[in-house]
Formats: sequence, C-alpha cells, structure tokens
Amino acid sequence: MTESTQTTPSTTAPLLSLRGIQKSFGAVHVLKGVDLDAWAGKVTALVGDNGAGKSTLIKGIAGIYSFDGGEYTFDGRPVSVHSPKDSNALGIEIVYQDLALCDNLDVVQNMFLGREDRSGIVLDELTMERRANETLKGLSVRTLKSVRTKVSSLSGGQRQTVAIAKAVLWNSKLVILDEPTAALGVAQTEQVLNLVRRLADNGLGVILISHNMNDVKQVADSVAALYLGQMAAQVPASSVTTGQIVELITSGRSGDLGLQADAREAVA
Amino acid sequence: MTTSIAPSTPEAIEDSGGLSGEFRGYLARLRGGDTGSVPAVLGLIVLVILFTILQGQSFATKGNFANLLTQSAPTIFIAMGLVFVLLLGEIDLSAGFTAGTAAAVLGVLMTQHGVAWWLAIPGALLTGAIIGLLIGMLVALLGIPSFVVTLAWFLGLQGVLLLVIGEGGTIRVDNSVIFAIMNNNLSPLLSWLLFVVVVGGYAMVTLMAAARRRAAGLPVVSVAVIAFKIVALAVLLGVATWVLVQERGSAGASSVFLKNGGTSIKGVPIVVPIVIIFVVLLTFVLNHLSFGRHVYAVGGNAEAARRAGINVGNIKIACFVIGSTLAAVGGIMFVSRLSSVSPQTGGSTTLLLAVAAAVIGGTSLFGGKGRIIDAVLGGLVIAVINNGLPFITQEAGVQYIVTALVLLLAASVDAIARRRAAATGR
Repeated sequence: MTESTQTTPSTTAPLLSLRGIQKSFGAVHVLKGVDLDAWAGKVTALVGDNGAGKSTLIKGIAGIYSFDGGEYTFDGRPVSVHSPKDSNALGIEIVYQDLALCDNLDVVQNMFLGREDRSGIVLDELTMERRANETLKGLSVRTLKSVRTKVSSLSGGQRQTVAIAKAVLWNSKLVILDEPTAALGVAQTEQVLNLVRRLADNGLGVILISHNMNDVKQVADSVAALYLGQMAAQVPASSVTTGQIVELITSGRSGDLGLQADAREAVA
Repeated sequence: MTTSIAPSTPEAIEDSGGLSGEFRGYLARLRGGDTGSVPAVLGLIVLVILFTILQGQSFATKGNFANLLTQSAPTIFIAMGLVFVLLLGEIDLSAGFTAGTAAAVLGVLMTQHGVAWWLAIPGALLTGAIIGLLIGMLVALLGIPSFVVTLAWFLGLQGVLLLVIGEGGTIRVDNSVIFAIMNNNLSPLLSWLLFVVVVGGYAMVTLMAAARRRAAGLPVVSVAVIAFKIVALAVLLGVATWVLVQERGSAGASSVFLKNGGTSIKGVPIVVPIVIIFVVLLTFVLNHLSFGRHVYAVGGNAEAARRAGINVGNIKIACFVIGSTLAAVGGIMFVSRLSSVSPQTGGSTTLLLAVAAAVIGGTSLFGGKGRIIDAVLGGLVIAVINNGLPFITQEAGVQYIVTALVLLLAASVDAIARRRAAATGR
C-alpha cells in the first residue's frame, strides 16, 4: 500500500511517528494527544501503569481501533490505518500477550495461518516448512527441535518464539510485542529478550510493552512512558535510571522530565 | 533445548530411528494425549475376536461380514459429516433426522412425482445442504449455541418427516439403481481391481510425498515405517477382499440376500468404493486445502483464527453445510437398504451411533482434533457391536446399555487425552 521511499532506513528519521493521537470511547477520553516514535533497528519500550492507554495505543496502531485525531506517519508518509489488513500491508505485526496460537496445529501451520503458501489450490507444505525453518534460523532460534511439533507440546518461551517468528515471517518492518515475558521463567525470559534484541539488530523496528523494568533496561534503546492517556516522556533508555522510569509511570514526571504541573492538573 | 532446528543436524532428522524410533515417537505422542487410530483399531480387533469366540457360527460368516460393511455405511456417512461439525467444537443433534428428511425427499420425489433417480439424488443432497446452511447461519450469525439450534431442528425435522410421509405411513421406493447402492456387489475381478487401486494408490501417494520431502532436504519418515504401513494395509484389505469374493449366496444368506433371488452373491459391496471415494476426497479437503486448515484452526482457537484473517463465521456455515449434506448421503443409504422411508428413518439411535462412531474413531468432542478415517473406523466398531450383540442376547435393553457404555468409554478416552495434552503442554 505505502511503498518505502528509502532503501536504507535512516537511524534518525523514525519508522513510525505518532503526533497528537486522540481516542475516546464514549465519554471516556483514553488517549489525550499522545506522541510516539519508533525507529528501525531500535527497541522502543512502551511503559505505563494499568489503564494508562498502552493497549488502546497499540490497537490503534494495528488498526483494530481507528484514532479519533492526530497524525500517523509510517516510513515518512502519512498513512490511514483502519483495519488490521491496512497495518499488515504497511509491514506492522503485533504479537499479543495471549499469542493467538492454535494448540492443535504445528509450528509451520501456525506461522502461515490465514496466509498459507499454495501451489494452485493445494497447500504447499514443503515451501512453508522451508520458509519456517529459514525464518527461525535467521533469528538464531535453537530451542525448537522440529517445526512439525504441535504447539500444545511447546513451553511458554517456545510459544513466544513461534509467535514472534510468525510476526517477522512477512517481511515486516515494525513488530509490536505485548508483554512477551510476562508469563515466563528466568531462563525463558532471557531467551525471548535475546530474540527481541536480535529482531532490532536485524533492522526491524520493535515496540516492546513491558511492566518489567529489568527487561526494559536490558533491551530497550528508547523508553516511552504513558501516564493517564498522555505521553509523560520518550527518552533514550541510557539517559534514565530504573527509578526515574518508575516515577514517570506512577506520577507522570521525574525531576524536570515528564508532564508539567499544569498538564497533570488538567489530567486530574 | 539445545538442538538446532537446522535440518543438517542429525537430531532434527527423524528417520534415524527407523521403526523403533517411530514407535518411541508414537509413545511420546500417546503420552501427550494424541491417541490416533490405535484405540479404534484395537477395539475392532478385540470385539471381532470376542464375538467370534462367543458366537462364531453366526457372527464370523462370509455373509455376515458383507452385511456388516453395508450396515455400517449410513452411520459412517453421518459420522463423516459430524467430524466437520465436531472439529469446530460444535455438535449437530439433528443429523439423524436430516438423513431421514433427505430420504423422505428422495422417496416422495421418486414415487409421488415420478422424478428420475439421477435428479432425485441431487434433490435429497440439496435438502441436506439447505438444512445445514440454515443451522450454520443460526449458529454463526446469531450466535445461538449449536446444541440448542440443532435440538430444535431435531424436533422440527421429526415433524417435517411426519407431515411429508404421514403418521404410520411408509413410502416404498422400488428402483433398481437406488437398491443397488447397498445391495449389489462388484464382480470378483472389479473387487480385486479396487484392492489394487487402493493399496497402489496409498503406496504411491505416501512414497511420492516422502521422496519430495527428501528432495527438499526436509526430515522424512523412514522407508521401513512407510513399507510397514503399506504391507499392513495390503494384508488387511487383501484378506477382506478374498473373503468377500467367495460365494456367499446360499450359505448363511440373510433376508436381504434372498431378495436377489437366491442367485450367486459374491464380491465387494458397491457401497465400499463409494465410502472410499468420500474418505479420499474429504481427507484431501481437510489436509491439503486452506479451507481444511482453517477448519482445524477455528476448532483449536477461534480467536487466533479470527486474528489471522480467517472468516470464522463462513467456516462454521460451510462445515454445517458439509455435515448435513453428508447426512443426506446417509439418508439415501437408508432408502437403498430398506427400499422404503418411514417417519422413523434416521430416528431412534441413528444420531447417537453416528456421534459415537466419530468419537470412538478418535475425533474430539472439544474441537480441533479429528480425521475422516475416524468416522470409518468408529462406524465399523459400532456396526460390529450392533451386529454381534443380537447373536448373544436378544434383549434390546442390554444392547442399548452396552452401546451407551462404549460411547462413554470413548468420550472418557477423549477427555483424558485432552487432560494429558494440557499436562504435557506445560
């Protein structure tokens, strides 16, 4: 739909840029002029307390909801995204917290679900299996014994890996991960975070939603903190401490960072 | 956890284990709750041995073997339709009376309107398809639980049957083509040709699939396993064909065979190739078309399917249409077998036995798991029970109770397998 005009994405121009995003559900004003940038090759952490508007924001990016107002720029062009098909066409893929995998299907079948390779009308299993293997190899995934294993017999970390691999299979440019480590143990969290880092190193833009400050500090290049429907601050991850991020999440400001007093009163 | 997925590493290539490796793999799948066809096949073998020991002189005869195959056909067709519905995690309680209604449409068209059989059969199938379309739309578009929708249709179609045929009435259908479906046999030569085509076709398809995978550098099942399966199939079907091409006309003739005028009766019943054609066709649809893949996906996780861009409602409607159309095929089989239609056609235990057939074969009541061959294996188990029990006891009460227990047993296996799968899924 929107063709990229740049062959090599610049690190300075953001891949995704939102300005002044508004969204209301009836009388409830959920997003009040949110700005967000995400760059190719970088992990942008999106943090915020429950009800801050993180889910609404990413669902809007994905086209599940339409934003009421604001600018949505992708790859340097203003775009209008009104359905998941629109965002998929742009190269935006979302990995939801519940992963949306079919337990009764194997890894290949899940990765290609709804977009199966066919020769004529017949499913082309060989091509799909080969492409699944290549994608997993490209992500240096070593935790799956066979791509013909049913998802029901995979561990939580392996499922997360499959869901992420499914998202990058489609030449996607931006992958949004909704709390990928929330349900995982220590070792599996490490595996998934390494995978997230590799996605960015492979040149993709990554938006990581997380409640875990250790995860954020470990992989994120940029931190964007939402506070009651407003973007408190988006800052380079190296420039803030864990304590400052927590303050931004809980009170919307930290020292001279974040929302000013008048803005916070307007919120209250 | 440390092995690579790259096909070049020895761990990833699964043909290194051969037969024993395949067996270990099966045990692992079994522990994970994937039982496959084994329970149904074992049940079939145990039941046949049991009835042969108890009442061999009546049960284990050539005539009864052929009889058993034709007896199972209507149940198998209704069960094949139910597999599509069960795969979604839905149920069709009206499938039995859908078969009855289609049978009545066939009967009325042919006897009261003088319609030719080649027009009456599509008419009966269309009746089934329309019933399925209406059920599917009520379930998918209005969101009424299929249990309630089809319970209403169960009652409603029973009423339709009564109105069409008349209370206590029976429509006789005397047509040689319709009669032939369930009562005539292939010639011995054609019977053996069928055997060669089925075994050869199976061998060719599995070997070619393995060769293509090998050429593409993907892991393959060992040739020993494929050869074992082909030989097992050849032996099983070879023995069955050999028994069926023997003369069974005078010895052990049941009333059905005497209708043929006491002449020579031998060969594979015509209904057998009909079942085989449907099994191959429907298995292809489920395993090798996007539609089939989406059916499994909707049954496994409807929300995931929806997010993957699959139109869940359309898939549901299509499955109900296929299910009811196959039930209508079962209805045509009823007409052929009894040469008549009555308000009881497709009633009584018809639906229960068809559901039992699908579940005994290994199709899950929880959705997402099931194959067409399940309906055939389960249908044969049900037919053996229904056929063998009367030789042991004439008591209808005992027969009902035994059949009910077998259904409960199969459903328990299904539920336990599901729990095992959840437990191993971590």
